[in-house]
Amino acid sequence: MPGQAAELVFDEATKRYEGREGAAVERLSLTVAAGEICVLVGPSGGGKTTALRLVNRLIELTSGDIRIDGTSVREQNLVQLRRGIGYVIQQVGLFPHMTIEANIGTVPRLYGRPRSWIHTRSEELLELVGLDQSYAKRYPAQLSGGERQRVGLARALAGNPPLMLMDEPFGAIDPIVRARLQDEFLRLQKEVRKTVVFVTHDIDEAIKIGDRIAILRTGGHLAQYDTPLAILEKPADDFVAAFVGADRALKALALHTLAELELGPPADGPKCPRTTTVRDALALLLQQHANVLAVTDESGTVVGSITRDALLK
Amino acid sequence: MIVAGGPVIPNFGSGSSCEVNNGWFCTDWVRQHWSDTLQPALFQHIELAAIAIGIGFAIAFALALVGFRFRLVDPPIGIVSDFLYTIPSLALFQILVPFTGISLLTVEIALVSYTLLILYRNMIEGLRAVPEEVVDAARGSGFTRAQTFRRVELPLALPAILTGLRVATVSTISIATIAPFVIAQGLGQPIYAALSQDIFKTEIFTAGGMVIALALVADGLLVLLQRRLTPWVRA
Repeated sequence: MPGQAAELVFDEATKRYEGREGAAVERLSLTVAAGEICVLVGPSGGGKTTALRLVNRLIELTSGDIRIDGTSVREQNLVQLRRGIGYVIQQVGLFPHMTIEANIGTVPRLYGRPRSWIHTRSEELLELVGLDQSYAKRYPAQLSGGERQRVGLARALAGNPPLMLMDEPFGAIDPIVRARLQDEFLRLQKEVRKTVVFVTHDIDEAIKIGDRIAILRTGGHLAQYDTPLAILEKPADDFVAAFVGADRALKALALHTLAELELGPPADGPKCPRTTTVRDALALLLQQHANVLAVTDESGTVVGSITRDALLK
Repeated sequence: MIVAGGPVIPNFGSGSSCEVNNGWFCTDWVRQHWSDTLQPALFQHIELAAIAIGIGFAIAFALALVGFRFRLVDPPIGIVSDFLYTIPSLALFQILVPFTGISLLTVEIALVSYTLLILYRNMIEGLRAVPEEVVDAARGSGFTRAQTFRRVELPLALPAILTGLRVATVSTISIATIAPFVIAQGLGQPIYAALSQDIFKTEIFTAGGMVIALALVADGLLVLLQRRLTPWVRA
């Protein structure tokens, strides 16, 4: 079975549908480094899902190429290609007639792994996605939406694919559970270090999840491809600026921590660790009606201070 | 034609007073004729129905494979099976006899053609009702087309297929009682015999009741099979 993370390259990837004007994806070129999360974001009609499905050839390229670790997807056997790519979709698509363990074992079974191996792998993955072992023998209908998506993620990871495609995986889940799943996904990603292509229409989710964000506009044109911070602070054009929202300066604050700022000498004030984001620090100041915060290190010792004016700079 | 004082009943046995007077239900007649009339008729009936359902299922399944894979041929298959279903069974015998003779084949062709509509429609509907995202996930996980069908689409269509099989089984068991219009077989035979002279009540009730009981038992067994094969439905 496949191994760690792979580099993914879109090279002028284009998809046109016959009888339809304009392309769904137009000469998309971008590189996702091995082990990075690339979020495709944009308005509907931007071709995000199409671009994603071009990778595992659920949709075939019209022209251009997509390469995984240098090998063109066009040259690979279709089912071998797909077995080597984890695939997670919004509606999850668990097999209703199979137990959770059998669902997780989908790809290993295609690889001919023995039952005992699949059982052990399923135990590992249930733990990894934060589900109790008692779920193994249940059917998908007995799970909540959030639990099902955890299983969907476990199923996609079971073959240890070097690349994961995730199409709005948390889109149908209520906001509170979604936030938790996002956090857990980021924790899990630190552990497994896959190359991930993640589609969403939610810019906040993109900023939170992505190492890099590709903003696609209608017609499948790439408007900007950069880190979340660069997109918030230097949007390439008016479309990107409007898409990320008028509050982009505020969103950017959430991407900086106090540790990155120049601190004043230790002072009295509400304490807050230096790993706090600028946004949360500002919120604390406003809440406490304070003008200065005492910044602490990991051990809780005050190492400096920061004023309201310095934060806003 | 009734001879004065003579027995009016078919399959005349020792002639208890119940039988002579054509009572509502003569248990002694049933006991006497179980092994020479009723039991053979029951076994023949089961055979008639089982052959028809087996062959009908095989044909419907083959047609459903084609109709599901190639959407264009679904409407014509549907129309033909609809049409077969609407032909009155006695008329169908009339049409078939010149070609297939007074034979089991004639009866089975008729019975099979009545199962096709129900079985085919349920198979197609069941296969079509498989959620799109489930098929998408299967293909995205690297199932071949054949694996997607065998491991995902077919099992998920099973509840609908088995429901069709239940309806087809019950109706075939019922329709098989007209077999004696062509060949002397099945539970239709004692019913036919009881009607042919005077109406012998005991025989009508017994044979008719056996048809009903057979249908209920077959349906019950299929329900058990359905539960066994589709445990996720009740999960």
